[in-house]
Amino acid sequence: MSILVYTENWDGKFKKLSFELVSYASEIAKKMNTSAIALSIGKVEESELQKLGNYGAEKIISVSDEKNKVLDNQAFSKIIAEVANKENSEIIVFAHNNSGKALAPRVSVKLHAGLVSGVIALPSDFDTFTVSKKAFTGKAIANVVIKSPKKVLTLSQNSFGLIETENNSIIENFEPELSDTDFTTELKEVNKITGKVILTDAEIVISGGRGMKSSENWAPIEELAELLGAATACSRPVSDENWRPHSEHVGQTGKIIAPNLYFALGISGAIQHLGGVSSSKYIVAINTDHEAPIFESADYGIVGDVHKLIPELISEIKELKETEN
Amino acid sequence: MKILICISNVPDTTTKIKFTGDSTEFDVAGVQWIINPWDELALTRALELKEKTNGKIEKISVVSVGLKTAEPTLRKALAIGADEAFRIDCEAKDSNSVAAQIAEVAKDYDIIMCGIEASDYNGSAVGGMLSEFLNIPSVSSVSNLDIENNDILISREIDGGAEILTTKIPFVAIVQKGIAIEPRIPSMRGIMMARKKPLNVVSPIEVENLTEFVSFELPPSKAACKMIDAENVKELVDLLHNEAKVI
Ligand SMILES: Cc1cc2nc3c(=O)[nH]c(=O)nc-3n(C[C@H](O)[C@H](O)[C@H](O)COP(=O)(O)OP(=O)(O)OC[C@H]3O[C@@H](n4cnc5c(N)ncnc54)[C@H](O)[C@@H]3O)c2cc1C
Repeated sequence: MSILVYTENWDGKFKKLSFELVSYASEIAKKMNTSAIALSIGKVEESELQKLGNYGAEKIISVSDEKNKVLDNQAFSKIIAEVANKENSEIIVFAHNNSGKALAPRVSVKLHAGLVSGVIALPSDFDTFTVSKKAFTGKAIANVVIKSPKKVLTLSQNSFGLIETENNSIIENFEPELSDTDFTTELKEVNKITGKVILTDAEIVISGGRGMKSSENWAPIEELAELLGAATACSRPVSDENWRPHSEHVGQTGKIIAPNLYFALGISGAIQHLGGVSSSKYIVAINTDHEAPIFESADYGIVGDVHKLIPELISEIKELKETEN
Repeated sequence: MKILICISNVPDTTTKIKFTGDSTEFDVAGVQWIINPWDELALTRALELKEKTNGKIEKISVVSVGLKTAEPTLRKALAIGADEAFRIDCEAKDSNSVAAQIAEVAKDYDIIMCGIEASDYNGSAVGGMLSEFLNIPSVSSVSNLDIENNDILISREIDGGAEILTTKIPFVAIVQKGIAIEPRIPSMRGIMMARKKPLNVVSPIEVENLTEFVSFELPPSKAACKMIDAENVKELVDLLHNEAKVI
């Protein structure tokens, strides 16, 4: 038996979320008296693979074939299921992100395994196998039982944290049985924005709403984001008006994020907006309307004008950074 | 070409979420039901493609797994412009069984579109599972879908950008924000016409549920917001630095 965790890489590097996943899988493995195995698909250097061992992966299986450069749902899920069978994995863990959502459902059908997506904690009961997840877009928490012998989970980002352990890992290279017909999507073009903090990874997110009034007013938000190493986001009307790209839209119908710190600037705090950000550890709200619902969900609030207050915030943070240095 | 849109019948996004039966069941009393927002965008995009490609798309169907209570939502999809609806007559209890049910209807279609998740149980699962049951390609995080000549062009969102991909029909597109901008709303004429369009009730197949939602809780309530005077932005920075320790 084993717990298998699929660890995605970004241009050959893992991210904090990969380590969080391995930490999570290792804790489950400990509780079930078995071992956690990490699976990496794509070209990753050995020194990078080794890092997975710091979080408790006892074995790291690397499928480094050049063919697997671009995510192909059919090919990747075939590889993962093959490894899960080979390693007799009872539980397979994915991230609840773009690739996890693409692969976990396919793998679950291949293995006839029940899937619970977006889990937020370790199983609360291993006998019945009960796990909790957010439901109704953050408005409730559901406890779900998986009845099948094999199980697939996707873990919500930032819900578990990192647990470092002694590294006793071994690396194994594996060549799956794949033929050309397993690859069914073809990449034509990649458009990447470089040099910006990625919204779903960010520890701090600076988000603007309709209260910002127009796209020209975004410079202070970008400056604040740059200063804090933060990503920028927006409410839905802002992206609908094309003030900001759709990829920045957070909320029930946009991205769901869970940073440490979320700035809601000129955002009213509609229930659909909160659905995407309510898992943030801290929320700061700035709004001219003291009755704006965002203050019910915020930790810190200022009633005031964003156009005046964001520049002040920037200079205060600059001052703090100077005294720190 | 035929397009099938999988539709989930979900509570309106402003619904106050309550539970009954000792917190084991979602309380449907007084709930307004809507087409899951992403499914509505998928349908909108399918209609745009049908108009744009001039006869290439012969039919757009919608399917939902649910009891008779899901029919108004399917009628609404017909009023928006779908040609035909299927209701698979059983309760939607688990993603795996829902996908297995839909697979029975989906076999004859070239493009199958599902939303990235349903806004009730947030499963993000049916589209991927369906593609696996049908053993056909799937592309997830789709933010645009186009048909040019005979090529399928798909934008897939990735962290920090997008990829343009192509794949072969039949396939499943799991769509999200961007696939269409504004969902279409039914016109008066659409509502009239929808009454005459077929809404087929399909008997379910036997499948087991692999998961079960056993109980619900409301999230812990937040402590009151600390209000800071607008003349004292420095205090906010101090609190974030020393109390919350996040900057
Ligand atoms: C099915 C559905 C799904 C939806 N999904 C989403 C979603 O995913 N994400 C999302 O964000 N919304 C979503 N919405 C829309 C949501 O209901 C709200 O309309 C939206 O979040 C409001 O955006 P906003 O807060 O930017 O704008 P508004 O509600 O207009 O709020 C602007 C705020 O700015 C304040 N303000 C104005 N001027 C200033 C100033 N100078 N300084 C400081 N504050 C100022 C105002 O007091 C107000 O509170 C959805 C709606 C539906 C029906």
